[in-house]
Amino acid sequence: MLNFTLWDILSNLLLAARWTVLLSLIAFVSGGVTGLLLLVARVSPLPPLRIAAKLFIEVFQGTPLLMQLFIVFFALPLIGIETSAWTSAAVALTLFTAAYLAEIWRGCVEAVPKGQWEASASLAMNFPEQMRHVILPQALRIAVPPTVGFSVQVVKGTAVTSIIGFVEVTKAGTMITNATFQPFLVYGLVGLIYFALCYPLSLSAKALERKLNVAR
Amino acid sequence: MAYSFDFSSLLDYTPVLVDGVATTVALTAVSTVLGVALGVGGAAARTSSVKPLAVVVGAYVELIRNTPFLVQLFFIFFGLPSLGIRLAEWQAAVLAMVINLGAYSTEIIRAGIEATPKGQIEAGASLGMTGPQIFRYVVLGPAMAKIWPALTSQIVIVMLGSSVCSQIAAEELSFAANFIQSRNFRPFEVYFLATALYLALAVGLRWIFSLMGQRMFAKGVSRA
Amino acid sequence: MSPVKTSPTGRPLVKLSAIRKSFGPVEVLKGVDMAVEEGQVVAMIGRSGSGKSTLLRSINGLERIDGGVIEVDGECVDPGQIDLRALRQKVGMVFQQFNLFPHLTAGENVMLALKVVKKQDKAATRAAAESALAKVGLGHKFDAYPSQLSGGQQQRVAIARSLAMAPKVLLCDEITSALDPELVAEVLGVVRKLAEEGMTLILVTHEMRFAREVCDRLVFMHGGRIAEQGPPAELFDRPSTPELAQFIGMVEAR
Repeated sequence: MLNFTLWDILSNLLLAARWTVLLSLIAFVSGGVTGLLLLVARVSPLPPLRIAAKLFIEVFQGTPLLMQLFIVFFALPLIGIETSAWTSAAVALTLFTAAYLAEIWRGCVEAVPKGQWEASASLAMNFPEQMRHVILPQALRIAVPPTVGFSVQVVKGTAVTSIIGFVEVTKAGTMITNATFQPFLVYGLVGLIYFALCYPLSLSAKALERKLNVAR
Repeated sequence: MAYSFDFSSLLDYTPVLVDGVATTVALTAVSTVLGVALGVGGAAARTSSVKPLAVVVGAYVELIRNTPFLVQLFFIFFGLPSLGIRLAEWQAAVLAMVINLGAYSTEIIRAGIEATPKGQIEAGASLGMTGPQIFRYVVLGPAMAKIWPALTSQIVIVMLGSSVCSQIAAEELSFAANFIQSRNFRPFEVYFLATALYLALAVGLRWIFSLMGQRMFAKGVSRA
Repeated sequence: MSPVKTSPTGRPLVKLSAIRKSFGPVEVLKGVDMAVEEGQVVAMIGRSGSGKSTLLRSINGLERIDGGVIEVDGECVDPGQIDLRALRQKVGMVFQQFNLFPHLTAGENVMLALKVVKKQDKAATRAAAESALAKVGLGHKFDAYPSQLSGGQQQRVAIARSLAMAPKVLLCDEITSALDPELVAEVLGVVRKLAEEGMTLILVTHEMRFAREVCDRLVFMHGGRIAEQGPPAELFDRPSTPELAQFIGMVEAR
């Protein structure tokens, strides 16, 4: 049996961690863009848009990420889209992120005082103008800490994609464990790698939150 | 080629699904009780004046909150045996869920405790109550009322998170779904149904928690 | 106190007929009729819950009425209408809580609607904003953020913001109630100036002395109806309803 050094294990995990980071970034960015569209629908004065958005968010917040992933993985081929583990992972995480970010941002929009809506309405601005010039700029400031905080959930969420075979750091951990029979060490290292990725994000979110509360 | 959906093939497997749902509910129930208890203890430790305790618990909380549940589960189920601790699947699942919920509950309950108005504590102290007595009789109740939404939300998240316990062969709902689709080759329909069941569980849980919240906390809370 | 003016067209600038409004089971406006001529300064007084703010806010559509007709400058305000853009360019509003946009400077606050709604070009909006701020005595604070201004200054910027849109009537909803006493005078000074220049004003206010000195007409609301209205001096000196007598007694005793 081959002997694996700590460095063998760690370097392989770190290489796989690149994919964790890449997937997280893609999901966060495309989830953010989708989430913004979802947000506008969610707060729109038109009932069909609002209800559709609300349903979407309810479903994605009320079901396991694993199930969402499986459905995307098995459903996309049915409508003719080729799925690799990578594509399914990206799509599922994007939708997941979009739903949560939209809801977080909606809370931030609602945190903007009602008087701002009334003042801009009294100045004859319509809904899109109010959102663009008055509400969203203020909501944005409030949104930074919880959005950064949610990025931690995205990174952690990539772990689940290992189950459909996407080779990120958790999957690499499983594969390496099967080869080295050192689950304690390997999964311990995997945990530490996630910690190294997530903890700075968590700290930043807390720091940003403090800064925001002081400024108010 | 058009795919024809066939949900009827799932009917034969109803018992399997029911078992799966029951296991998910059982796992969640046990983990909730133990996890919240752990959270209360953790919060007490975090807010106590015993510095080393607060630091250790703080480290535990940050470790759990910044690593994926799946990895925590794998670490417990696959990793602990090398320390001589061998656990059955459901035991590992419960342990992982308890440790996970315990960390989040610690944070949530701690926030509730720290939001206690200073005057309340001063009143308790001037009545001659000791620290633990103040915590138990003056602080804990109102704190729980305040954090109820956040705490119950986290419980729902843990329930949904239990789906990855299927990966260590704990026989909850996702495992049941995997089992069925490996038999009837209708993965889309199976996972669709399982997802719908999870959604029903989540909605149901939230509704129950909301009712409980009203029942437990509506009276005695100031209308201010 | 300016004499009552009649508008060139002979019809009132703002006409409210049989206005009804309920919030759930509570009927807040029970059939109110009111007419305001161009150039008039009308003060609405009454205790909290009498419906005066609700009535004021229905004039620019911030509250949707359940019954009755609102006419502004000859046009009917359709209660079901969502787009009140045209109406709100004619009717300005100043709020108790100022509601300045905190992420914009004073000047930008004033310029925003000019740019976005009236679609004026940069030069024109800048000029209009500078002039509006100068009018309220804050020309030198063009680049200040609301957080850098006192309450009285913020409210004056809010007035300038509404004025820049060149409305035909300005609604003021308790605009001094949130101010420290020493800052009230500077805001009332601006309002007085506007009144003297012939601006049509409808104010909900608790400032009785101001109402007496500056307003052409006082409207006393009680229980969702107009209980009394007329020249301030008359109402204060010879209230014809017991409710008004009690209200004045209450307020002046403060």
